[in-house]
Amino acid sequence: MTVVRISDDAVALALGADAVAEAFAQAGCTVERTSSWGMHWLEPLVEIDGHGFGPATPADVADILAGTSAKAIGAIADHPFIAGQQRLTFARAGKTRPLSLDDYAASGGWAGLDRARTMAPADVVAEVLDSGLRGRGGAGFPAGIKWRTVLEAKGPTKYIVCNADEGDSATFADRMLMEGDPFQLIEGMAIAARAVGAGEGFIYVRSEYPHAIAKLNAAIALAANKIAPFALEVRVGAGAYVCGEETSLLNSIEGKRGEVRAKPPLPALEGLFGCPTVVNNVLTLAAVPHILSPGGAALYASLGVERSKGTMPVQLAGNIRHAGLYETAFGITLTRLIHEIGGGTASGRPVKAAQVGGPLGAYVPPSQFDLPFDYEAYAKADALIGHGGISVFDDTADMGAMARFAFEFCAAESCGKCTPCRIGSTRGVELIDRLRAPAPAMADAVVSLPQMHNATKEPPSRAESLALLEDLAEVMQSASLCALGGFTPYPVRSALKHWPEDFGQ
Amino acid sequence: MDHSDLQAIIAEHAGRKGALLPMLHAVQKAYGCITPEAEAAIAEALNLSRAEVHGVVSFYHDFTPAHDPRPVVELCRAEACKARGVEALVPAAEAAAGGRVNLKAVYCLGLCSVGPNARVGDELFAGLNEARLVELVQSA
Repeated sequence: MTVVRISDDAVALALGADAVAEAFAQAGCTVERTSSWGMHWLEPLVEIDGHGFGPATPADVADILAGTSAKAIGAIADHPFIAGQQRLTFARAGKTRPLSLDDYAASGGWAGLDRARTMAPADVVAEVLDSGLRGRGGAGFPAGIKWRTVLEAKGPTKYIVCNADEGDSATFADRMLMEGDPFQLIEGMAIAARAVGAGEGFIYVRSEYPHAIAKLNAAIALAANKIAPFALEVRVGAGAYVCGEETSLLNSIEGKRGEVRAKPPLPALEGLFGCPTVVNNVLTLAAVPHILSPGGAALYASLGVERSKGTMPVQLAGNIRHAGLYETAFGITLTRLIHEIGGGTASGRPVKAAQVGGPLGAYVPPSQFDLPFDYEAYAKADALIGHGGISVFDDTADMGAMARFAFEFCAAESCGKCTPCRIGSTRGVELIDRLRAPAPAMADAVVSLPQMHNATKEPPSRAESLALLEDLAEVMQSASLCALGGFTPYPVRSALKHWPEDFGQ
Repeated sequence: MDHSDLQAIIAEHAGRKGALLPMLHAVQKAYGCITPEAEAAIAEALNLSRAEVHGVVSFYHDFTPAHDPRPVVELCRAEACKARGVEALVPAAEAAAGGRVNLKAVYCLGLCSVGPNARVGDELFAGLNEARLVELVQSA
């Protein structure tokens, strides 16, 4: 009987994978639901004996089984998009059934945890430190140092918290990992628990990810005996973007408003319920089983450039022809990612900009596409890698509107605790509206207040408005409590710098 | 509103660490909203003030103070979907929704490679064009 493999990742489901699977089952095939290979433009991707067909519809079933389908892409593993990658965190993508403990164990699963259990906790931490693994959530803080701080912290109760509040547009690697390889995340958390002496862990998942939540709950139930005495629980967010910030995430798990906490104290010392807590992103924790497998740390440290070690699961999104997940060692350029691997825009029009790092990341113009993918190189260019998401825009994009949206989004999602973010974001929207207004006579909202009777009633000149915007960006960047207010100026400033023509005359 | 199951829902979660959010999710799911009466009962059970509970309820987008019986279609309008043209679909979707369907903006469903995307209940829809989105809204 023909075995047909079709992903049950949310992307495949949203593109009709269930109907395709049903059609193959009715044609007498055995259908296996696997994780996604990450070639999203080919989803639903059908795999038979290692050969791929996509994007498939129920109408293609007969042709695919007869071997006459025009949607054949040849051997999937040899596809240039897959063959060019260096997959460590996503080594199982497309290859295993997400909730099969047999598949997981047969593909090297639990090797890291079994080895960590034979080691002293400090040695586990040392290996993570030696691997050079940095937090994949965006800040890029060395994971080993965080773990060491928690290991050395005093206290009878410690926690492992996984930040799976992947709210950034253009990012979906956390979701793919939770839906496609949940045991790897669970193993990574169990290793972290072993390393720092934690008994309990929480995975905080956003409510926008119903499939990931279901898979994680099922996987935790299946793996409970293996990871015991460590206990793990999923907590579901409630639609607040700011809860991706680690301290507001902790408040949210505690049942409070998702307001940011001032640091210090660091969560590593006083985190969840006031106890020492490791808070790591999904991809950080999922990289750990590989690092703890024999020789894993040295291999990880040998990849990448400078201080950015290992691999990054880059997410190609937005207006790009070959969109999907591309895991590769640090150091790759946007030119390669967008033009060579991604095949340019999906619309076929010229690329205008790429936003790297989600809604808080800078808009990078094509003239800077040769920048190497590296935390420090991006920081030097006033940009950030963030969670590794790339949104490509074609030449129809209005960058002034995107800058306005950045402020608007910040205003909607601000937790309200600090003034630069809460008020600055709204003032930013007003300023950009004033710059873009066809007639310059628009009155300033604050200047028209009765308290401001001493202020000049002349509408501000364009130069004055631009200077005020620059001032505002400076204040938000340096005086906000967290990255929401602090990084919103990145997309705004980069858009203004590279595409001033989109901000009115 | 009939709150006869409320105490059972509260009791189910009351013993957990950080019980408030799981409890609010359960109440929102059961009643489609979190009323002042429910807030008071939860506050009582968790030894919190009603203001504290209300503060949490009003902070999160997922919790609503009043039940909206209309079907909900969530349309992603974040950057990656904007890059794939979602804004051009909005007027037609709004016209199709009228007052009958609650067409809500959502900021990212994690399907950023295949947008524009929408969610109805726990079902996801990707690669939408105007006709498919309008059909989705009409059949909601």
